[in-house]
Amino acid sequence: MLEITDLHVHYGGIHAIKGISMKVEEGQIISLIGANGAGKSTTLRTICGLKEATKGSIKYEGVELTKLDTSQIVKRGITMVPEGRRIFPNLSVYENLMAGAYLRKEREEVKKDIDYVYGLFPVLKEREAQRAGTLSGGEQQMLAIGRALMSKPRLLLFDEPSLGLAPVIVKEVFQMIKRIHSEGVTIFLVEQNAYEALKLCDYAYVLETGTIVLQGTGKQLLEDERVRKAYLGG
Amino acid sequence: MQHLVNAISLGFVFGLVAVGYALVYGVVKLVNFAHGDVFMMGAYMMFYASVLFGFPWLAAVIFGIALTALLGVGIEKVAYRPLRKYPRINSLVSSIGMSFLLQNFAVVVFGGIQRSFPVPEMMKKTIILGEVRIQSVSIYTIIFSILVVLLLTFILQKTRIGLAMRILSTDFETARLMGINVDRTISFTFALGSALAAVSAVFYALRYPQIFPFMGQYPGSRAFIAAVVGGIGSIKGALVGGFLLGMLTVLLPAAFPEYSGYREALIFALLVIVLVFKPNGLFGQEVGEKA
Repeated sequence: MLEITDLHVHYGGIHAIKGISMKVEEGQIISLIGANGAGKSTTLRTICGLKEATKGSIKYEGVELTKLDTSQIVKRGITMVPEGRRIFPNLSVYENLMAGAYLRKEREEVKKDIDYVYGLFPVLKEREAQRAGTLSGGEQQMLAIGRALMSKPRLLLFDEPSLGLAPVIVKEVFQMIKRIHSEGVTIFLVEQNAYEALKLCDYAYVLETGTIVLQGTGKQLLEDERVRKAYLGG
Repeated sequence: MQHLVNAISLGFVFGLVAVGYALVYGVVKLVNFAHGDVFMMGAYMMFYASVLFGFPWLAAVIFGIALTALLGVGIEKVAYRPLRKYPRINSLVSSIGMSFLLQNFAVVVFGGIQRSFPVPEMMKKTIILGEVRIQSVSIYTIIFSILVVLLLTFILQKTRIGLAMRILSTDFETARLMGINVDRTISFTFALGSALAAVSAVFYALRYPQIFPFMGQYPGSRAFIAAVVGGIGSIKGALVGGFLLGMLTVLLPAAFPEYSGYREALIFALLVIVLVFKPNGLFGQEVGEKA
C-alpha cells in the first residue's frame, strides 16, 4: 500500500532522515519506535507532505507522494492524528469534526460519519457545541482521532497518540486504534511507548538518529535483547 | 441626539476599516499597514468609474468594491506571499513599503489635487425630526454597516471558506492536514478585507467628499488603533474599538467644545490605557492555550 524507499529529509543543515526504507501492507498495523529526535515524526510529516523530502520516494498505491501537496494526499485517503492532538481550540467540537471532512462534498455521507464518530466517542456528542479548548486532554485526543476519521482515511497515521495522557486513557486510546483497524483502516503508528506499540502491531521498525537499525514483527522485537535494553527498560 | 447618530455612523466607518485589519491579522497574523491605502484606492476606483466612465453611482460603487478586492489579492501575492516563510517582521516592513507605493502611485497617476467624490442626491438630504437634524447619509451608513457585519458573520460562521479561515487563524499546519488550500484561503481573506475597506471608503467619502492620495492615512491609523483597542484579530473587538473612537471623535468636541483640541491626545490615551490594563485588547484572545 505504502512503500518508502531511500528517503532523506533535511531541516536546514541537519540531516534528519538518512535514507530509510519501509513498507506498509494494506490491513496491517505498523509501528515505528525510537527515542526523542530519532526522526519518527519527521517521517510521518513527510508522508503527509507537510515536510519536503530531499531525496527518495514515497509511493502510495503506485502514486508518488513526495510531489503532491498535503490536500491531494489527504484526498487520496491518508491522514494523520498529529502529535499533541492539535485540535482547534476556538472551534466547537462539531466544527472540529467538520474541519476533518473539509474536502468531502457528500453531505449525507458526512452526516453519517459524524454519527459514526459520536458512536465511537459518546462524550463528543455530549459536548458537540462546546469549544474544543475546554475538553480534557483525553477528550481532545478522542476528538483528534474523530476528526481524522472524518476524512475517511484508508491509511491513518498516529503521531505519539499516548503522549501526555493518563495511563487509563492511554489504554483507551490503544483500544480505539485496534477498533479502527478492525474496521478496515491500515494503521501507521509512531510511539515512544514501545511496549504498547509493539504489542499492537504486525510489523515494526526501530529508528535511531535517522536510520532504521532494526525491524521485525512486533513479537520478535519484544523479545529482542537490544530492544528490551534500549526501549523496554531492561 | 444628532451627535449620537453622527458618532454611531462614524464609529461604523472606523469599525469596518478596523474589521478589515482584524480579519487579515486574525488569519495571517500580519498588521497590514497598506490597508488604509487600499481604502484610498477603493475611493479612487469608484470616483473614476463614476466620473470618467459615467457608470451610474451604484454600479460605480460595486465596480470599485470588486476592483479593490482584486487589488488586495494582488498585493498579497506580490508583497506578502513570497515572504511568508520568513519572520513576520519582513511582511510587516513589506506592508509599510506597499503603503508608500500605493500613496505615491496615487499622487503620480491620479494627481495630488483633491477630487470631489460623487454624492447621490438621496444621500444629501437632511432628515428633520422636531429639534433633531440627521443627515440621511448617517442613517444609510448605519443600516448598510449592520448588513455588512451580518453578512461577514454569516460568511465566517456558516460557510466552508469561513471555516477554513477560522481554522487557518489557529494553526496553519493542521489546516493543511485537513486538506485546506492555504494560499487560496489567504487570497480570499485579502479579497474580503479589501472589499470591506472599499465599502467603508464609500461611507467615508460620502461624509467627507474630498478624495486625495493620502486620505487613507487618517482613517487607516484610527482603524488600526480601533483594532488594537478591541483586541487585534477579533472582529467584535474591532467593531467595538471603532465605536469607541467614533464616539470620542464626535461626542467629545460636541460636549466639551473647549477641549476639542485634545481629541487626538485622548484617543491615544485610550490606546495606552487599554494596552496597560489589557495588553491583548478588550476582546483579545489570551496568548497560549491548553494543548
